[in-house]
Amino acid sequence: MGEVRNMPAQFLLNLFIAFLWTTLQDEDELRLTTFFSGFIVGIFIIFLMHRFFGTQFYLKRLFSVIKLVFIFISELAQSSLLISKQILNPRWDLKPGIFTYKTELKGDWEITTLAMLLTLTPGSVVMEVNPEGNMFYIHAMDIEQSKADVLRSITKFEKAIMEVTR
Amino acid sequence: MNISQIIEYVAVIIIFLGSVMSVISAFGIIRLPDVYTRSHAATKSSTVAVLLSLTGAFIYFWVSENLISVRLILGILFVFLTAPVSGHLLTRAAYRSKVKLTENSSDDALKEVLFPEDK
Repeated sequence: MGEVRNMPAQFLLNLFIAFLWTTLQDEDELRLTTFFSGFIVGIFIIFLMHRFFGTQFYLKRLFSVIKLVFIFISELAQSSLLISKQILNPRWDLKPGIFTYKTELKGDWEITTLAMLLTLTPGSVVMEVNPEGNMFYIHAMDIEQSKADVLRSITKFEKAIMEVTR
Repeated sequence: MNISQIIEYVAVIIIFLGSVMSVISAFGIIRLPDVYTRSHAATKSSTVAVLLSLTGAFIYFWVSENLISVRLILGILFVFLTAPVSGHLLTRAAYRSKVKLTENSSDDALKEVLFPEDK
């Protein structure tokens, strides 16, 4: 099984399963939809078999991208609810402030994604990133209350981003 | 009342929610005390408002006219990408041109990094 160790080989195997599926259906003409359903069946088969190949599943990165998008949408919904509550609160007595966070992510792509996610999370806007790209200066709407929340969701984001890029 | 009518009503409700959110964010931009807290209202609530309106329009066209509008999907994508960036750049530019925070702000970790001579 040495040839299915790398990820392009998994993709080729998946195409082969789809091709087999199409031919074994024995239809009158070649239909693209049958090929697609064969491809989906192949995804399931390879997902069940991939730990015998000794590498990670080749669509794992796609799954983590989808997971990241869902985390993003749920955080955005929560933050808009929180901000509209804070706006409509008649007595406005929050304490805004700026705090720092040191991240372990590296590279333009990871840091940009984290900054975008943070800007849309409850109670925080990224104001400045230092030139080395590992220190974030975050403005919080209510520093005592939301700093703990922000730090918790930052670690969640970092884990999700690392699953995509590494 | 068939199923497509029900989905049309759902789309209408989503568009309505989007307009309510944009009213709230406009309130926030007027009401909050300084640039930095206003940028919270401008980035979060108005992003959600535009997204909800576009999603509602997308669902409506899909159900009533059987049209999957690629332009609306692109609009959603680009609002997602550009709104945080513009909020970040506005606050950054405001801080660099020495706009003050409100009086009851507590911490300011950025001051000693950007303007060490003002201490």
